[in-house]
Amino acid sequence: MAVLNEEQEMLRDMAREWATNESPVTEFRKVRASGEPEAFDHTAYGAMAEMGWAGIIIPEEHGGSDFGFLSAGLVVEELGKTLTASPLIATTLAASAIMLGGSEEQKAKWLPKLASGETIATLAVDEGPHHDPAEIATSVSDGKLAGTKGFVAEAHGADLFVVATTDGLYLVEKGDGVTLTTRRLTDQRSHADIALEGAAAEKLENGGDTLLDDVLNRARALTAAEMLGMAQIVFDTTLDYLKQRVQFNQVLSSFQALQHRMADLFAGLAQMRSAVEAGLQAVDSGVGAERAAIVAKAEANRVLHTISNEGIQLHGGIGMTDEYDIGLYLKRARVLEPTWGATGYLKNRFATLGGY
Amino acid sequence: MATQLEPEARENADVFREEVRQFLAEKFPEELKGKGLSMGGIEGREKETPAQKAWREAMGERGWGTPTWPKEYGGGGLNRKQAAILNEELARAGAYNPIGGMGVMMFGPTLLEYGSEAQKQEHIPPICRGEIRWCQGYSEPNAGSDLANLQTMAEDKGDHYLVNGQKTWTSGGQWADKCFAIVRTDRSDKHKGISFLLIDMDSPGVEVRPITMISGTSPFCETFFTDVKVPKENLVGEEGQGWTIGKRLLQHERTNLSGAAPGGRGGGSLADIAKKYGKVNADGTLADPVLRDRIADFEIRWTSFLHTARRAVEESKAQGGVSEISSALKKLGTKLGQERAEMTIEIMGLQGLGWEGEGFSPVELAGVRAWLYGKATTIYGGSTEIQNNVIAKRVLGMLDHQ
Repeated sequence: MAVLNEEQEMLRDMAREWATNESPVTEFRKVRASGEPEAFDHTAYGAMAEMGWAGIIIPEEHGGSDFGFLSAGLVVEELGKTLTASPLIATTLAASAIMLGGSEEQKAKWLPKLASGETIATLAVDEGPHHDPAEIATSVSDGKLAGTKGFVAEAHGADLFVVATTDGLYLVEKGDGVTLTTRRLTDQRSHADIALEGAAAEKLENGGDTLLDDVLNRARALTAAEMLGMAQIVFDTTLDYLKQRVQFNQVLSSFQALQHRMADLFAGLAQMRSAVEAGLQAVDSGVGAERAAIVAKAEANRVLHTISNEGIQLHGGIGMTDEYDIGLYLKRARVLEPTWGATGYLKNRFATLGGY
Repeated sequence: MATQLEPEARENADVFREEVRQFLAEKFPEELKGKGLSMGGIEGREKETPAQKAWREAMGERGWGTPTWPKEYGGGGLNRKQAAILNEELARAGAYNPIGGMGVMMFGPTLLEYGSEAQKQEHIPPICRGEIRWCQGYSEPNAGSDLANLQTMAEDKGDHYLVNGQKTWTSGGQWADKCFAIVRTDRSDKHKGISFLLIDMDSPGVEVRPITMISGTSPFCETFFTDVKVPKENLVGEEGQGWTIGKRLLQHERTNLSGAAPGGRGGGSLADIAKKYGKVNADGTLADPVLRDRIADFEIRWTSFLHTARRAVEESKAQGGVSEISSALKKLGTKLGQERAEMTIEIMGLQGLGWEGEGFSPVELAGVRAWLYGKATTIYGGSTEIQNNVIAKRVLGMLDHQ
């Protein structure tokens, strides 16, 4: 765990307490059972916004607390532990795009509403099942957008979309020219394809040529924070299970073969945590952010992949049941793995940045 | 949100930085620029050049080789901020800390914690000046990973102990002046029968035989003790407390060894080596896409390991104690070092497997030796399997097999 200041410790403790008491996995199960495509609880998101979480990265002048991405990551990690379904990450990332690329007017118009939870927003970047920002085809003519975005997270609840086009990032409001088609994925959260046909759009003019890359660094680091919370809880749950499950008249945790597997997972988790925290810190400091965010997401992919599989295996048959939570983490893990870069994409990008 | 230094503290930091710069300008020999301390300072002093000697003495006199140790025992008495400044300025000048070895890394911190006042006065200052070399008398032929099984016996003879037995894997034993050893003072209790004893290597009855390793070097020795007399005042702590003290020392060792795996770094990063020995596309990318992918995969995990090592240091500073990830660090760092060495020789092909003679560059020859020597890193200092046991039992609270 990164060494935190007092404000960050309070923020983390508050998030942990809220997630544990108000948003345990049973809450996600209720959302899932409702079958609503939005797949989140508005009352819960309202409470989160009230606690200031939607404005963690937003400047104080626009209604946020300006605590930065490491702090946002602390909250997201806690919510990842309980599989809390919410548009918090999506809205935070959309806000970061407006902060980096928006005009003063755009910031003044949108940031306070995003910070207060009144407006929900999301990023619409990729156009197919694979993350590939180099292959964007959505185009702009006369301020109107045309194209298709694939598998956009939290699209159903969003009032505002930050859309990547061949001509930079644009803000598009829900309404005419924006059509959603639900895509149900294994994690049973909100995902949709979006058809843009003559949708009215406003460009984010600032932020330069690297605007999309800068936003993607943030997306990778913050998504990795959710994965960190998931990996931690799967690890903890598995360890608890091994300590109480008796076979051959012995608790499983007394078997060296299992102890060494858990030691391997522990070491992997330690690396994942360092990589994720370093990625968030690099985004905050602006030093080496792209490389650090790639390392964060790649390590999150690698370690969560292993831990989510080992978690099922070490639980045995009970781990295969829907009644038991661990399978829910496996399914969410596989959806987050290709999000903002599967491992192959990230390694290619890392090598390119390294000049080889 | 980063806390700014108070103006006074900032001023003091600037004054200290200036002091370090002046010292370096005056004392650091130009010819040593960019060179380092070979083999962690365990080698003998006969190899020391006059410039190296002068630099060691200058740093030792100032106590800056052991910057945060108390001044009263010859340390630098610096706070962490000042020690960080010292490191920055050393790096900037292309200089290095010439005071190292096991006295600094392992024994000193342990003696400062457990030693008597007289022991600290006697043993710490020569470590700070780099005058005394210590070796570690822990492992025995039948007590490697099962360290507490050690049999070297120290018999109470009133004013002294009489030591008989054999130690092995004594790193730098042939060059060491003194040995910190764990010995058996009571056969009736495996753990409580162990004591921590300081032995002069030139005492009658001490014999050292270097062991030739697969790498061709002999940094490790067998050490034999035959009726060696050790004065009672060389017992650290109480009789029977040796296992506790010895384990504490191992924590220092683990933290220091985690990044120590020699990785056959010759020729720069793996990507640089791959470019030199393999085919490169017109755009500068490696022509072998599989190799490129594997290098990126390694470098990502290596970067993540470096973040983890930094985090462990920050955590232990903040909490005042050893981070719970120290065993994980040792296990991860040594494995990655070996992986890097394996990839290095693989990338070089047979050119990377030269043993001696014509046709190989010094970097290539050193790479082979480092690859072989590096196999020791997952064995010594508590093998990977032992680290797994430590993590499972002490950190995760998993039970012993009944």
